[in-house]
Amino acid sequence: MTREYLFAGFGGQGLLFSGKVLAYKGLIEDKQVSWLPSYGPEMRGGTANCSVILSDEPVGAPIIAHPDVLVAMNLPSLDKYESEVKSGGVIFVDSTLIERKVEREDVSVYYVPATRLAGENGTPTLANMILMGKLLQVFDEYDEEHVNTALGKCISARHADLLGMNLKCMEIGRDYQE
Amino acid sequence: MVVFDRPHALIDVPFHYCPGCTHGIVHRLVAEAIDELEIEGRTVGIAPVGCSVMAYDYFNCDMIEAAHGRAPAVATGVKRSDPDNLIVFTYQGDGDLASIGTAETVHAAARNENITIIFINNAIYGMTGGQMAPTSLPGQVTQTSPYGRDVNACGYPVKICEMLSELEGPEYLERVAVNSVRNVRAAKKAIKKAFQNQVEGKGFSLVEVISSCPTNWGMTPSQALKWVDEKMIPYYPLGVYKDRSAGIIPGAKEEA
Amino acid sequence: MKGNEAIAEAAIQAGCRHYFGYPITPQTEIAAYMAKRMPKIGGTFLQAESEIAAINMVYGVSSTGKRVMTSSSSPGISLKGEGISYLAGCDLPALIVNCQRGGPGLGGIQPSQSDYFQATRGGGHGDYHMIVLAPDSVQEMAELTIRGFELADEYRMPSMILADGTIGQMMEPVSFDFEIKEMPEKPWTTTGTKMQRPHNIVNSLYLKPEVLEQKNFERYEKYAVICEKEQRAEEYLMDDAEIVVTAFGIAARVAKNAVNAARAEGIKAGMIRPVTVWPFPEKAFKKALGTAKQFISVELSMGQMIEDVKLATECRVPVSLCCRVGGMIPSPDQVYAAIREAAGKAGE
Repeated sequence: MTREYLFAGFGGQGLLFSGKVLAYKGLIEDKQVSWLPSYGPEMRGGTANCSVILSDEPVGAPIIAHPDVLVAMNLPSLDKYESEVKSGGVIFVDSTLIERKVEREDVSVYYVPATRLAGENGTPTLANMILMGKLLQVFDEYDEEHVNTALGKCISARHADLLGMNLKCMEIGRDYQE
Repeated sequence: MVVFDRPHALIDVPFHYCPGCTHGIVHRLVAEAIDELEIEGRTVGIAPVGCSVMAYDYFNCDMIEAAHGRAPAVATGVKRSDPDNLIVFTYQGDGDLASIGTAETVHAAARNENITIIFINNAIYGMTGGQMAPTSLPGQVTQTSPYGRDVNACGYPVKICEMLSELEGPEYLERVAVNSVRNVRAAKKAIKKAFQNQVEGKGFSLVEVISSCPTNWGMTPSQALKWVDEKMIPYYPLGVYKDRSAGIIPGAKEEA
Repeated sequence: MKGNEAIAEAAIQAGCRHYFGYPITPQTEIAAYMAKRMPKIGGTFLQAESEIAAINMVYGVSSTGKRVMTSSSSPGISLKGEGISYLAGCDLPALIVNCQRGGPGLGGIQPSQSDYFQATRGGGHGDYHMIVLAPDSVQEMAELTIRGFELADEYRMPSMILADGTIGQMMEPVSFDFEIKEMPEKPWTTTGTKMQRPHNIVNSLYLKPEVLEQKNFERYEKYAVICEKEQRAEEYLMDDAEIVVTAFGIAARVAKNAVNAARAEGIKAGMIRPVTVWPFPEKAFKKALGTAKQFISVELSMGQMIEDVKLATECRVPVSLCCRVGGMIPSPDQVYAAIREAAGKAGE
């Protein structure tokens, strides 16, 4: 089985990081993985996206034309990619930042006020991890041990203190019900 | 009793240089310095593009021919490959060092790269037949400045020692000439010091040698030596421009 | 691990202890990795004042026989062209990485394959070639880096990793379980005579035309051996392929998806992926002529490799181009459509 994920939003929202956590979790679970960032001249604030493919087969093109899963963290990203999501796919929307609803009816949609929840938790920059927690819960793939290990791989020793915060936010996402 | 012999670091082949050219003198001074410091077996020389392009046929040490202007970068690579053992020098003309290779020169100096540079300034492109050099004097007639170097159109000569002396990096910068016995002696001392500095790990040492090019200047060899004295040296004053270990540092002098 | 980091790590494992570069997107991870690692393993990382200086520093280290590399992206490789020509003219080994971006001019920073001509024809002045390896995965970024050093040493010539921004930036798992060949003896190096031998000279200047001609003849004899022995290509579903897609690097990853889709529909599609783009894997193409009815060259350029495809197949069957340029990448759908059209199913 192959599942293609597209994380899209502004630079600085931690989309590349989310993708990395997912990719490492895939690695731990013996999947074939690829992680591909869009890279732009702006380090912060520009549009950013990140493609992750998890598969049981060797991964072909790392570039995703039609994702199975879209995580949209700003309106331009939803506008741009909503129509590209495969029929039967899943869209996760940060409903704090995106006011409109998804128009398509052939996909599942989860609205998570991730940015608001992150702010309430005192970790306003970790909305990305709240969405990630929700994503894993929706697919019934929230394996605590694997999540923990993957986070450990993605957070450098210098910032080890941030691991707990990230984990907390993933749990908030996992437990959030609309 | 032998009073004058060929230095071991020079190979016994005739130079291709024109009659009256001072490259031969400078080659000899470099070879003498290498002999006296007993470093020939661990020295690598870098030849430039210009009249001394075939210097690799004259020096007995290992030699590399570099692309035009790139000798300091090549020397950097060689030196970094074995900094504790290798002694690396470049031998470059004014077009090579002060025009097409300015960036390589400046940055090797800024890094205080532990190499020795022998810089031949004869105010002209010799090999290609006498074009205006970055160091040609204002008013100097050359093939590409037939009405004399017009500073309004082509700018002013580049004074390498003065320019580099403003950098914090380099260890030692001296300008010498080889147009008289006295000057040759001083040049020898400077060249040897530039190698000695490297042996001692002191860093970037450059000796600018004011030279003559009778062929392209359109003069006899003796006229050319006189022109060095009367025209070149007043514009390019001889002397030590920087010697960090001896406390000669521009700016610091005025404060003292 | 990112593709660019895989190159850097593999280079270190291959024994490369000298890296010279100049900042340019999208290859910066290589320099950053080297800056971090080299000081800790007794190596040299030096950010040069220019691409030109960097390649000449490479030339200096190579003259002393040690493994050395530089990396850049398209505009920077143009600047290195002079130095690469000198490396070739002096028969010096070195590894050069080109993480291609769109051009010409300053172009863009998104992935491209439009330096194919520059890489496979030499790029600088004079008659010469580099061995040019084109990875299509992070694993191959590592493997071909090691192979690049080995081939450069074996044949005494520069080699190039012709990658692109995508492969450089993407992360995939990579294994560093490589066997690395011993470096050959290098009696020609300039490391000091130690007063034991006549001096060695590293040089590309030959003022006598007969001598220079002979040097070129000898170099091309060596190239002929390389063409015979070192061609390498991945042949995917080629046993009965009628529609042969050909692509290297990131384009091949896309094309493979399209070939799979075509096979699922019953179209006899296959793919030849050159791993060496110089020497060009002509043998694989000649073999494909047994079943091929059409070739489709998928490229991130306006059609550069397609010329080699036509030469290798002697234009005996049609060769068409499927491309995006300027930093755009063809989608699997676009390649799939091209395959369908070639198979006469465009309208179905």
